[in-house]
Amino acid sequence: MLGLTKRDTILLLVVAALTLFAPFILNPFPEGSAMAQFNAGYPDLMQRFVIFGIFAVGFNILFGLTGYLSFGHAAFLGVGSYSAVWMFKLLSMNVLPAIILAVIVSGLFAVIIGYVSLRRSGIYFSILTLAFAQMSFALAYSVLTPITNGETGLQVYTDDPQYLMGPDSPTVTNLFGLEMRATYTLDLGPWSFDFNAGYYMCALIMLIAVYLSIRIFRSPFGLMLKAVKSNQQRMNFTGLNTRPYTLAAFVISGMYAGLAGGLMASMDPLAGAERMQWTASGEVVLMTILGGAGTLIGPILGAGFIKYFENIFSKINDTVLHQWFAFMPDGLEDFMVFLVHPFIGKGWHLTLGILFMLVVIFLPGGLVEGGQRIAAWVRGRKSAKADTATSKTEPAE
Amino acid sequence: MTNSNFTRRGLLRTGAATGAGVALPTIFTASSAAAFTNEPTGGTVTLGFNVPQTGPYADEGADELRAYELAVEHLNGGGDGGMMPTFSSQALDGSGILGKKVEFVTGDTQTKSDAARASAKSMIEKDGAIMITGGSSSGVAVAVQGLCQEAGVIFMSGLTHSNDTTGKDKKANGFRHFFNAYMSAAALTPVLEKLYGGDRKAYHLTADYTWGWTMEESIVAGTESIGWETVNKVKTPLASTDFSSYIAPVLNSGADVLILNHYGGNMVNSLTNAVQFGLREKQVNGKNFEIVVPLYSRLMAKGAGENVKGILGSTNWHWSLQDDASKAFVKSFGTKYGFPPSQAAHTCYVQTLLYADAVTRAKSFNPCAVAEALEGFEFDGLGNGPTLYRAADHQCFKDVLVVRGKENPTSEFDLLEIVEVTPAAQVTYPPDHPMFAGGQLGKCNPGA
Repeated sequence: MLGLTKRDTILLLVVAALTLFAPFILNPFPEGSAMAQFNAGYPDLMQRFVIFGIFAVGFNILFGLTGYLSFGHAAFLGVGSYSAVWMFKLLSMNVLPAIILAVIVSGLFAVIIGYVSLRRSGIYFSILTLAFAQMSFALAYSVLTPITNGETGLQVYTDDPQYLMGPDSPTVTNLFGLEMRATYTLDLGPWSFDFNAGYYMCALIMLIAVYLSIRIFRSPFGLMLKAVKSNQQRMNFTGLNTRPYTLAAFVISGMYAGLAGGLMASMDPLAGAERMQWTASGEVVLMTILGGAGTLIGPILGAGFIKYFENIFSKINDTVLHQWFAFMPDGLEDFMVFLVHPFIGKGWHLTLGILFMLVVIFLPGGLVEGGQRIAAWVRGRKSAKADTATSKTEPAE
Repeated sequence: MTNSNFTRRGLLRTGAATGAGVALPTIFTASSAAAFTNEPTGGTVTLGFNVPQTGPYADEGADELRAYELAVEHLNGGGDGGMMPTFSSQALDGSGILGKKVEFVTGDTQTKSDAARASAKSMIEKDGAIMITGGSSSGVAVAVQGLCQEAGVIFMSGLTHSNDTTGKDKKANGFRHFFNAYMSAAALTPVLEKLYGGDRKAYHLTADYTWGWTMEESIVAGTESIGWETVNKVKTPLASTDFSSYIAPVLNSGADVLILNHYGGNMVNSLTNAVQFGLREKQVNGKNFEIVVPLYSRLMAKGAGENVKGILGSTNWHWSLQDDASKAFVKSFGTKYGFPPSQAAHTCYVQTLLYADAVTRAKSFNPCAVAEALEGFEFDGLGNGPTLYRAADHQCFKDVLVVRGKENPTSEFDLLEIVEVTPAAQVTYPPDHPMFAGGQLGKCNPGA
């Protein structure tokens, strides 16, 4: 379908199914139960999952294919957000022009940064991109305050021009009248599921983004990028100029980041400078590596994983812990809380760090490799069973 | 390499699927029946405490959280009641809020607007919080205040000192108890004139972001009104940790007062550098060289150690105040945690009580009713003397403390001494003052 092989079609369909049913999948525990703490199916987090999914998929086009490790991708995210909020301030709260401008501006920005940074490779490239991103952050934080509103972050005010705004136009972000925050809550017994308009818009855009990414991975252009990754020098010696290819990959990847930034602003019309800080750039690198660099679905998994920890684990506090361990005798309860305490609340970084180390050490291919190993193990057991049933051994190939 | 096999049938099928996908969200736009966002229906009500647990203001965030937990305990009838007995409005009786037991959720703002909003959003969307409070930075306060306005819940800001929070970024659903940069300057100016005279040359080092600028603008206007000359205003990057290169030019500038518009770690480092350069012992223009830190906090004084001795500044509240309310709060906090509360803890505790009281008086959790109960509310007995929550900009007007680093501290908490309590009338400004102009409260939003 759509010019994809059967395998890729299945992958796309799986991603589509996962995003479509995310409100059910992410809310497995009944509301009010002790486990409800772990539910992640509320609109804001679901939107974050798919938006950072887009960001990571885009980053993977650069890092996974060409091996160029950009440490400044958050700059494009920030530029996208700022452009989107400016569209809200100047035109109307419709998200479509905002998203389009976000992609265009971040693309142009990527051309400039890419043109300079791609003259070097390896660690020098990483440092150059990092420098550019930190520069953008510092500029947005103070010097460019008239454009970015500095530390406070760019917001929409009631006295902004908003030239396309009619008297009846919605004052919240919308897509031709469909409000992004509109949520339908389905109550099924003790369960409660939120279906949010903004989430489904982001999810649809993510599916398109993933589809495009698959097409790029499978195209001659993608193959060229993979060749750059395996041996760029050899490519140069054969007389091929690789720079246009890497620059194209960089710009595409920057546009994905800009798209994610624009979507973030569309879901929540505020753009802060912290979005461009080096920690944000580092986060997308973590997402990609955690999920599996160079794989198609890995970055999305990694993004979901990290955002889940950031938003769910950071909110567990000692009071919640005491509720969990309330069934234990007093001394033991306090001891358990003491033991778990460093890993929850403000310690979520620690938990994430440990998991990241475990994944990198034992599953160098990321979560995707974990999935493949489980699949191989299940398949191995099945075939072993089949073998014993027929009591016939086949020679190893 | 690519296998493009577009067929008419395939194209139609895809088009139909896409169309269905686009149309799908429109069936989910029905709104729920509740009168306002997160209307509490059971026997409990949830408040959201959004404080920095990591990052540069983590210490303050931790102290804020302690204050919130104490406030919840008192609201639910536990402990000794803290400032509830001294509070001039006696609507609260220790049975929760409107008979509903108070529960709370916590989140980490990381002192980043984005993270703070994500955390506040999850409290509103997932945990059903009816009110959000906390924070230790103006950027975060403004960001979360905007979010609460859109979502239709009340925001009771924590420590935020920028003029913008109740100035150009004010919102109908947002309320600030803490004082602001203008008030600091207005309180400090007469004291500076009295102690250092009217003929001084001031040199400003300013943290290069919104709060730093409003602080600088306010204090420059104040000192120039008493005849001081402003020699230079230098912006320092927020991320700086070493200020030596900024201090050296001060020595040769002919200035005899250094004003550090810095907060948190910035202030600790710049003050330490300044003292190490021997500025305190210097004589310029025949006068002793002086250093002023417009916004002081005990946690910062602790960080700067010996260097704060004799340095003037202003603060919202200090635990050594001797009124009944402050004594009750310090006792209650000290019993539970073993040390006195900071000004951040105080403002957060007071904000929680004020919210609970407003709900009780309004007999409703509806944000619009609560806002109405808070607007123009005059109260006393919460540690700052008679206080007014002004309706025009949702800013509290109360006395401001001018403090000085103690020469002979008796303990690690006894670092500041109160020089003067500047009365509220002296720090009051009209709502349309140029430093606060440009914003509108808008209409209160109950959401839903």
